[in-house]
Amino acid sequence: MGSGRRWAVSFSDNSTSPSCRDIRDPPGFTRASVDQDDSTASRQKKDAESNWKAQKAWEVAQAPFKNLLMMGFMMWMAGNTVHLFSIGITFSALWQPVSALQGVGKVFEPYKDSKVELLGPKLLFIALNLGGLALGVWKLNTLGLLPTHASDWVSSLPPAQEVEYSGGGIPL
Amino acid sequence: MAIRSFFVPFLLLVLWFYSSLSPVLSLYEDQVGLMDWHQQYIGKVKQAVFSTQKTGRRRVIVSTEENVIASLDLRHGEIFWRHLLGSNDVIDGIDIGLGKYVITLSSGGSILRSWNLPDGQMVWESFLQGPKHSKSLLLLPTNLKIEKDNVIVVFSNDRLHAVSCIDGEVLWKKDFETESFETQQVIQPPGSDLIYVVGFAASSQFEMYQINARNGELLKHESAIFSSGFLRELSLVSSETVVALDSTGSILLTISFQNGEISFQQTPISNIVEDSSGPAVIIPSSVPGIFAIKINSVTIFIRVIGKGKLEVVEKLNQETAVSNALPISESQQAFALVQHAGSEIHLVAKLAHDWDANLLKESIKMDQQRGIPHKVFINNYIRTDRSHGFRLLIVMEDHSLLLLQQGAIVWSREDGLASIIDVTASELPVERDGVSVAKVEHNLFEWLKGHMLKLKGTLMLASPEDVAAIQSMRLKSSEKSKMARDHNGFRKLLIVLTRAGKLFALHTGDGHIVWSHLLHKSEACQSPVGLNLYQWQVPHHHALDENPSVLVISRCGPSSDAPGVLSFVDTYTGKELNSLSLDHAVVQVIPLPHTDSTEQRLHLLIDSDKHAHLYPKTSEALGIFKREFSNIYWYSVEDHNSIIKGHALKCKCTGEVADEFCFDARDLWSVVFPSESEKITATVTRKLNEMVHTQAKVMADQDVMYKYISRNLLFVATVAPKGSGEIGSVTPEESWLVAYLIDIVTGRILYRVTHHGAQGPVHAVFSENWVVYHFFNLRAHRYEMSVIEIYDQSRADNKDVWKLVLGKHNLTSRISLFSRPEVITKSQSYFFTHSVKAIAVTSTAKGITSKQLLIGTIGDQVLALDKRFLDPRRSVNPTQAEKEEGIIPLTDSLPIIPQSYVTHALRVEGLRGIITVPAKLESTTLVFAHGVDLFFTQLAPSRTYDSLTEDFSYALLLITIVALVAAIFVTWRLSERKELQDKWR
Repeated sequence: MGSGRRWAVSFSDNSTSPSCRDIRDPPGFTRASVDQDDSTASRQKKDAESNWKAQKAWEVAQAPFKNLLMMGFMMWMAGNTVHLFSIGITFSALWQPVSALQGVGKVFEPYKDSKVELLGPKLLFIALNLGGLALGVWKLNTLGLLPTHASDWVSSLPPAQEVEYSGGGIPL
Repeated sequence: MAIRSFFVPFLLLVLWFYSSLSPVLSLYEDQVGLMDWHQQYIGKVKQAVFSTQKTGRRRVIVSTEENVIASLDLRHGEIFWRHLLGSNDVIDGIDIGLGKYVITLSSGGSILRSWNLPDGQMVWESFLQGPKHSKSLLLLPTNLKIEKDNVIVVFSNDRLHAVSCIDGEVLWKKDFETESFETQQVIQPPGSDLIYVVGFAASSQFEMYQINARNGELLKHESAIFSSGFLRELSLVSSETVVALDSTGSILLTISFQNGEISFQQTPISNIVEDSSGPAVIIPSSVPGIFAIKINSVTIFIRVIGKGKLEVVEKLNQETAVSNALPISESQQAFALVQHAGSEIHLVAKLAHDWDANLLKESIKMDQQRGIPHKVFINNYIRTDRSHGFRLLIVMEDHSLLLLQQGAIVWSREDGLASIIDVTASELPVERDGVSVAKVEHNLFEWLKGHMLKLKGTLMLASPEDVAAIQSMRLKSSEKSKMARDHNGFRKLLIVLTRAGKLFALHTGDGHIVWSHLLHKSEACQSPVGLNLYQWQVPHHHALDENPSVLVISRCGPSSDAPGVLSFVDTYTGKELNSLSLDHAVVQVIPLPHTDSTEQRLHLLIDSDKHAHLYPKTSEALGIFKREFSNIYWYSVEDHNSIIKGHALKCKCTGEVADEFCFDARDLWSVVFPSESEKITATVTRKLNEMVHTQAKVMADQDVMYKYISRNLLFVATVAPKGSGEIGSVTPEESWLVAYLIDIVTGRILYRVTHHGAQGPVHAVFSENWVVYHFFNLRAHRYEMSVIEIYDQSRADNKDVWKLVLGKHNLTSRISLFSRPEVITKSQSYFFTHSVKAIAVTSTAKGITSKQLLIGTIGDQVLALDKRFLDPRRSVNPTQAEKEEGIIPLTDSLPIIPQSYVTHALRVEGLRGIITVPAKLESTTLVFAHGVDLFFTQLAPSRTYDSLTEDFSYALLLITIVALVAAIFVTWRLSERKELQDKWR
């Protein structure tokens, strides 16, 4: 035994395969614990993430509230007369909630998770946006642009026809 | 303004923005004449005097039946100067004194004026009074002088005056004592100092006064009686001989008063004219030795030879006009005859003493639509070969004035247009491919030149000449006078009926006459008098192939029960389609709101026996009429005895003739005003074709008021009989004005208000649910305008939004006037500076645009006044909401903004009427004002919110678009390159 094969390096890592676990793990190293550790860590991480997601989702859901306040402020600033500024504000106040409501799914897409309960935030989001919409409509009404009065419905009513007809005058 | 509607807020925003600007509507100097035109006329010429001195421009001075004295250029017929005297200042005579003064006698012979001939400035004016009213005669003897002063002899108000020509001072006057003396002629034999005044006293006495012209001393007074009486007309044959007719019109009397001895010479007409039948009439003329009589339609010229012997020189069967004599030399006098013969007129000029020799004999082709010659005036000039040439000024039946010289018409004036009695509008034909009448630009070079000029103008590089060229190009744009409809409905035909019975179609673009048509005389009717115009057929929708037509109502004679004549005239061509001579009179015409399948409007004609006749007389029309039979009413206003009566149709005529288109009427109601305290002075209804957009009026607080909009409302104004005279003739205590609103179907008086201390004349206009009327306030010594608005209270409860949203309301369902309406009225009065000749209101196609009142002021201008100034809701301190709505704070008088004169710098002399016609473009209305002058313009009471203004810079728009496109292209290329570079990095 002296000559022949002196050494060889096998690049194939057999460490995980139990069949060739002829080399014992170094002391202090427990394969199982690594596995175990890993799984717990990832679980913890996942939990954290879902927590974070849920938190974020709530945050996102609450975001329109600030918007609402700002809108309210802007509307108050705009006053109650019809001019370009107030009309612009009102229409943006109407448009923002509508576009937000259209994109409800998209807004909450990143926070989709099997563990995360999104219904609550979604409902809050929708409710706040509806609130924004209501604010816009209310503003529209205060501007007098909503057909809530009889005057809005009769303003183009043609005059009633008369059954009788009469003519004449001073003789020619 | 309804800002609070949610429909098209942006548009409303723009509207609001515009309306919050000042309501002034004015135009820039270079816009004058772009949309408006002005034409000047003088009316039918009564008398003409030529002024053809060697120095100065040749002119003719005319006086007309419209009370105008004017100086016309003999070369072109243009007006040098013109004065319109008031309607109570009728011109009796004109003449030229000393070759440089125009002398006019007017106002029943009580005002004598002298005007400077070259410029028309008044030199002096003197008032001539006398004991009683009489014929007025003006005489300017050529060589009668008192102390180197030329004398004007005036007989007026039964007194003879001699007036100085220089300063108008009365030199002497002479009264005539004889009872019932009627002066017929004042004669001044040339070369003598005598004045003869001849006339009739009682009916059979001939009177002659011989007066010394120097001091007015009565030299001789003779009278003679002719037992069978005289007809009141004299023809002067020589300075001491006149010809008259006896009261039967069959004996000619030659009266000579030589040396103060009156002698009669009787000649029965049958002795000198063989086949004479019927009474004769003397045609007034002043040709020495010759006079003319007319028997039936034959004109007979008779010469007086020596001692009252008469000789017929010519008999003319055609319509003939004779001029006065014109002295052409020491002993010769010429005169002219104009005869009408078919499509030609024959002109003859003769010497007075030599009938057979003609100085002039010409035939001129004459437009048939001018009718027969009515008057002729002769003037001569010396040709280069020292012979006499003649020019004739003739007045035709249609009141046009023509100057004829050397066998041709030198110029003509359509002066019939000075007396328009009715106006209606008609559409132009639809433009079809290939039949466009508009001229295309001459060639490319012209086109390029035009556009270069325009470009220069926009870039402000144009020189003053260029600016003038651009302006004339704008004014003469062929687009304006195109003979086809335009998209905006600005081009239309104005069909006008003149007093002469002629129809004209005027193009609204530039006012040129498209066609004219003289109403035909027929066998049954020799002299139709045009009364009114109605739109007979207005094809749209399914009858587009038909041409529109108008109905002309005329009457056969002056009396109100003369039979009527209907003429139907095609408005595209001016051809008379049909003419009906009726066997009944036409007292009232009622256009019904129904049309038959060819879009002919049904008309009800009421005759003097209160029978109603339906036209057109077709079974289809009868069918339509029968369906609406029980709903048709009519009313009549008897202003002389202050009664308004309502009538309904009863049954078919129960007369001698079985006419199924004739209906009997029964009296339904009558409103009798107490004749001792009220007299009807004005009645106004809404215009038939007025469009109303909405029945609701929205207040600032979003409240709704429903307008009471009814076609069957009549506004009546009555004044105290004492106060019907001139302003200031009564004290405020005995004068009042009562305004009524009467339902003309049921006779119900809806509203009545009394203005104490007010006096007429009342001018009123009725539109939608409001009336505005103008009167004089005797207490405040100012004119006042009042407005009444009527609202329907019974509809006021319709305020449930849901009902309105779902349409569960009966606001638009047909209503009967017999259901009692509950109306409330609001009214307000304001002072107004001007007295008013006419009031009208703008009318637009859909009735959306706000209204303006058009007020014809005493200065013959048209003032536009926003209806917002006459809003009964005006208050001294309107709330913020009311201000937003456009309510103007109340002031005691209406503002007159100089820029809102529609007629800008022009005057419509003798303004009589203002007519508004809606254009197709909702914002715009066409305004036509007529009097002696005509004026037309376009108005946009709320500005042209539905189209770009005329001064909109298309070039700028184009440049912006091009620049944007270029920018897009460049940035696209840049971004593409950048993207590519990014990819290579």
